[in-house]
Amino acid sequence: MLKTLIGRFFQGILVLFVLFTVTFFLIKELPGGPFKSGEKAIPEHIRLKIEAYYGLDKPVQVQYYRALTNLLKGDPGLSLRLEGREVTEIISQAFPVSLQLGLVAMLIAISIGIPLGVIAAWKKNTLIDYSAMALAMIGICVPAFVIGPLLADQFGRRSNLLPAVGWDPTHPSSWFLPALTLGLATAAYLSRLTRAGMLEILSQDYIRTAKAKGVGSFRMLVRHSLRGGIIPAVAFIGPAFAGIISGSVVIESVFAMPGLGTHFIKSIEVGDSPVILGSVMLYGSLIIIANFLTDLLGLWLNPRLRASR
Amino acid sequence: MVRRVMLRRLWTISAISCLFLASCQKETQVERANREGILLVGNSAEPKALDHQLVTGVIESKIITSMFEGLVADDPLHDDGAPPGAATSWEPNEDMTEWVFHLQPEGKWSDGAPVTAHDFVFAYNRLLHPDFAGPYAEMLYFIQNAQAFNTGEITDFSQVGVKAEDDFTLRVKLREPVPYLPSLTRHYTWFPVPRHVVLQHGKITDRFTKWSTPPNLVGNGAFKLTEWRFHDFIEVRRNPHYWNAANVGLNGIRFFPIENPYTETRAFLSGQLHTTYQLPSDLIRTVKENSPEFLRQEPYVGTTFVRINTTRPALSDPRVRQALSLTLDREQLCKHIMEGFFPANSLTPKMGTYEPEPKLEFNPEKARALLAEAGFPNGDGFPVFSMLISKPAARAGAEAIQAMWLKHLNIRINIQNMDWGSYNSAQQSLDFDISSAGWIGDYLDPTTFLMMWTKGNGNNNTGWSDPRYEALLAEAALKSDPAERYAIFRQAEALLMDAQPILPVAYYTRNYLLRPEVKGWHPLLLDNHPWAAIRLEP
Repeated sequence: MLKTLIGRFFQGILVLFVLFTVTFFLIKELPGGPFKSGEKAIPEHIRLKIEAYYGLDKPVQVQYYRALTNLLKGDPGLSLRLEGREVTEIISQAFPVSLQLGLVAMLIAISIGIPLGVIAAWKKNTLIDYSAMALAMIGICVPAFVIGPLLADQFGRRSNLLPAVGWDPTHPSSWFLPALTLGLATAAYLSRLTRAGMLEILSQDYIRTAKAKGVGSFRMLVRHSLRGGIIPAVAFIGPAFAGIISGSVVIESVFAMPGLGTHFIKSIEVGDSPVILGSVMLYGSLIIIANFLTDLLGLWLNPRLRASR
Repeated sequence: MVRRVMLRRLWTISAISCLFLASCQKETQVERANREGILLVGNSAEPKALDHQLVTGVIESKIITSMFEGLVADDPLHDDGAPPGAATSWEPNEDMTEWVFHLQPEGKWSDGAPVTAHDFVFAYNRLLHPDFAGPYAEMLYFIQNAQAFNTGEITDFSQVGVKAEDDFTLRVKLREPVPYLPSLTRHYTWFPVPRHVVLQHGKITDRFTKWSTPPNLVGNGAFKLTEWRFHDFIEVRRNPHYWNAANVGLNGIRFFPIENPYTETRAFLSGQLHTTYQLPSDLIRTVKENSPEFLRQEPYVGTTFVRINTTRPALSDPRVRQALSLTLDREQLCKHIMEGFFPANSLTPKMGTYEPEPKLEFNPEKARALLAEAGFPNGDGFPVFSMLISKPAARAGAEAIQAMWLKHLNIRINIQNMDWGSYNSAQQSLDFDISSAGWIGDYLDPTTFLMMWTKGNGNNNTGWSDPRYEALLAEAALKSDPAERYAIFRQAEALLMDAQPILPVAYYTRNYLLRPEVKGWHPLLLDNHPWAAIRLEP
């Protein structure tokens, strides 16, 4: 077990290093540059000075070495877009918002998706099953930029029940709509995966035996089937969680939220390499950690996997 | 039994959640802000910085003008008004090449230190210093020797035409007569910086220090910075040290950088903003029908145009450019797509007594003749060019222009969408054919529209220049009489409109939303509403 853990750790480091290198050179291929992409052109002699200030006049290998050593020191440097502000400051403000949104969205996704999948599997090939799966399909097919404004308009502008726009970490009422919008698609996937997993378990011999012995439906579902049935869903939750945190840019735009996704996209637009690299490394680490935790959870849930290791 | 207990718990949690959520929204944010005297302003995007010597944009200007004040203030009612700001009075010499400003003796920074003429000299020294590399230093090039100092031709700042005679007297010597200097000093590039605070955090040439972030930022305006959360909001609160603090109507302002105009509109309509930065043109009709009391449509000193890369074959021929311009049906574009905008008949919109000669018309027949003369009869052999756009709102206009050129000239163009940074970069490196663009004036003088078409100007981006045009601008620069200047500008603009490196389409209208309880907010061409004069009267 310890060997596996150490192996995965070094694998993660290698992945991060490759990710950093590829991203760094891709940024260099972006058209323009951080000081050539403003609305009003900066005079040439001034632009050259600014670029020299940031070390952008140095050969690319020097820039690469600097960026790498800065990152290893835990300080990606200054943003080129929000001039003079430290990347660590930007990420430390924005990431908790994305994380909080992701956690609530995941909670909503799990609370909707897994029960829906269980019910659909339990009532297989009935109207309930078809309705639940149709709902899931709608959740998968309708994009967030359609669902978000609809929810915000209905519950925010028309009924004034919840804030239509904005994010206040101290007011849970402002979390609900963006988290629901973000969580719906994941809920839909989860419900389909859970349904498939549960159907497989429910067709097992031991379930038939349990039924024959008179075990109640609820007990049978929750006690005997769920643990095995949600394994496919759990395998999906890890990467989905990382995806939810890093892919919330549409939600941030629809609900005007100060998350990391907006910084990421805006930085790419202007080639703000310190913010891009900082965000990519954070997202990369998150995905690696999430996958690792999912594997651990899978081992805990599935004794056969443990035995094979 | 277990199931019943679980169900009961679930119901209880749901009921509490619903009650909690419902109770959160009893009072809208606007209602609460009205009570607290805080103005909630939609401000479109995150500012690049709040150090006004590091920025070039309009977004930043909105926030900066709440915290800083120039020598002359903005008038809440009139575009040409010049109420006292950091200066109480000013006078020019006879030919308007030298101005003396007398500063407010009561003028204070938000930390209580006095605002002196030395702060202005320090600010201009900092912005012009080559090592500081201020991106908008050219706005100070009106000052004698400012350009030479900024480009490193001279290194002694004492040779630059700005001097503090004493603590409260500032003398500015100019390279040419500038009768509109008071209006120019309202632009943030002319604002002072607190010398004592800037130097406390670093050197004069340091681009970035902590001086312009909360809680360090010290200004001389009606409000002071209290909080800045990226992509969330920036809050300023009343500055008790402001010389005219007794007449400031608000306790604070919160600026929200809501970039998505539909999100911003929704925020306004659900009671989360007092005013928006913009209103998408496809929502104007809906707002007119449902909430006309909020809709504001006001003239704005800006022009949208089609920019031509005159270094491309075919487009280098002025007859081709004229043909393209003559087939733009500007009336139809304004009626159906750019709602509220006015068809342009030249580049510069009317400002004060300056009105350019109307040169633009819709005449497809003449256009076809010109195109044939240029070697493309009925559009035969005309290359397929791309029109570069960036904002989604520009697509409808670009498609209409594409259809007009196909219909009237039988030429085809493609539409190419790019992100904002790549779009700007492509134009600045002349790596485009045709683009959809626009320009907002920085101050109320035709030069803000005409100077950029000179050779080497960073905002020209057409590859076009003409020595005759530049000679006319140089001639106008020597005149101090506005009537004489304007007559020469009219000639220069007529020349530009004959050459057509740009095809003006429409004059801007600011379409936005404003709540009726906001008082002291009047239509202004530059849209610079002095925050100190605004009040909330619910």
